Amino acid sequence: MIKTDALIIGAGPTGLFTAHQLKLIGLNCEVVDNLDKIGGQCIELYPDKPIYDIPAVPECTGEELTNNLINQLKPFDIKFHLSERVEEVKKENDNWLVKTNNGTFFSTPNVIIAGGVGSFEPRKFSPKECEKFENKYLFYSVKDKKIFTGKTVSIFGGGDSALDWAVELSKECSVNLIHRRDEFRGAQATIDKVHQLVKDGKINLFTQYQMASVKGDKNLESIDIKHDNNEIKNLKTDYVLGFFGLIMQLGPIANWGLNIDKKTIEVDTEKFETNQKGIYAVGDICNYPGKLKLILSGFHEGALAARACFKLARPNEKYRFEFTTSSKTIKERLGVKGD
Amino acid sequence: MAKITYITHDNQKHEVEVQNGLTVMEGAVQNDIPGIDADCGGGMACATCHVYVKEDWFNKIPKKEDGEEDMLDMAFEPKTNSRLSCQIVVSDEIDGLEVNIPSKQT
Repeated sequence: MIKTDALIIGAGPTGLFTAHQLKLIGLNCEVVDNLDKIGGQCIELYPDKPIYDIPAVPECTGEELTNNLINQLKPFDIKFHLSERVEEVKKENDNWLVKTNNGTFFSTPNVIIAGGVGSFEPRKFSPKECEKFENKYLFYSVKDKKIFTGKTVSIFGGGDSALDWAVELSKECSVNLIHRRDEFRGAQATIDKVHQLVKDGKINLFTQYQMASVKGDKNLESIDIKHDNNEIKNLKTDYVLGFFGLIMQLGPIANWGLNIDKKTIEVDTEKFETNQKGIYAVGDICNYPGKLKLILSGFHEGALAARACFKLARPNEKYRFEFTTSSKTIKERLGVKGD
Repeated sequence: MAKITYITHDNQKHEVEVQNGLTVMEGAVQNDIPGIDADCGGGMACATCHVYVKEDWFNKIPKKEDGEEDMLDMAFEPKTNSRLSCQIVVSDEIDGLEVNIPSKQT
């Protein structure tokens, strides 16, 4: 059980700056994010796209913004729990008991949801029966490639993940590569390699095909793939891999008793608190009259939510507003010399 | 202004007037048309504003630019007439456009 003054859900720009604000006013915090890296949408969706409306930063990419925010947190000791998704939030006396999918437990008076549009999850195959085989014969990521040795693996997708695994697995298995169109969007070198392996008979390529259905009772036996012209082909296969990128899903947050409308959480504009005391929402995921989905709004919301956290985390102390330019206490926290 | 008809998966027709310059995605969001999520807000980064464009219209509207087809790889049940509605800009030329919304976006 980890005790902390505040738990931040989401390590995007808003979550990161909220952590900064909490540490600045002397509270500790921990951050959970379902992605395997820090940065949220900025790093997952548009690492290379320039952003032009961060105050005092004329232009920066999603990746640069993330790196700058991480640098800003350097003076502080903050634990990040990556590749973990918060599953449950329960009230226990005055605290919230929070459980992740990895079984980490937190006890905290303050939960700050900085979840953007939700957590990133793999996009899945559309036929319903695929679920039955998931994590046994059908995967959206590879954890242990050894299980595929000597087997037939059908890989769906046209990006780097699909192509890289097709190349890699073609060494030890029989590989079918299935993609909805003739063009691939991976690195050119990988695309060339795939075409060479197809020529050499190491990869069976099926383009303009998509998954139609999976067959098998207990074990996966075969799959039907459907051409754009509706022709169906049956492929015997032991395993199926799907690489269709990530999608954002609100996930378990929807079950925490919060007022949710159109995937956003209603908050007040004083504390950015939800209808549950001690649970706040900041950044793209919060909603209030006049809400703008800008990164700069997230920074403001996080700063105010952090102050609200102080009251619950330090009920016997009075919060004192101070400037970073002049406060000796803050300078100590930042590890910089006062003057 | 252009009249755009959004047809949801359950065959409900939603006819709305959309201002020139907006995108077909924005027209749907502003008019609360169900089935268009538009998670990324028009950045061509999420493929959750996916629509099917009726054949006769598909060739009339401006062509896909770089990146849209890549994004459509990620869409739910893409077809040859799939488009991202955030990439279709509304103008007088597309007055009368009909788009079908898939059963879901993710």
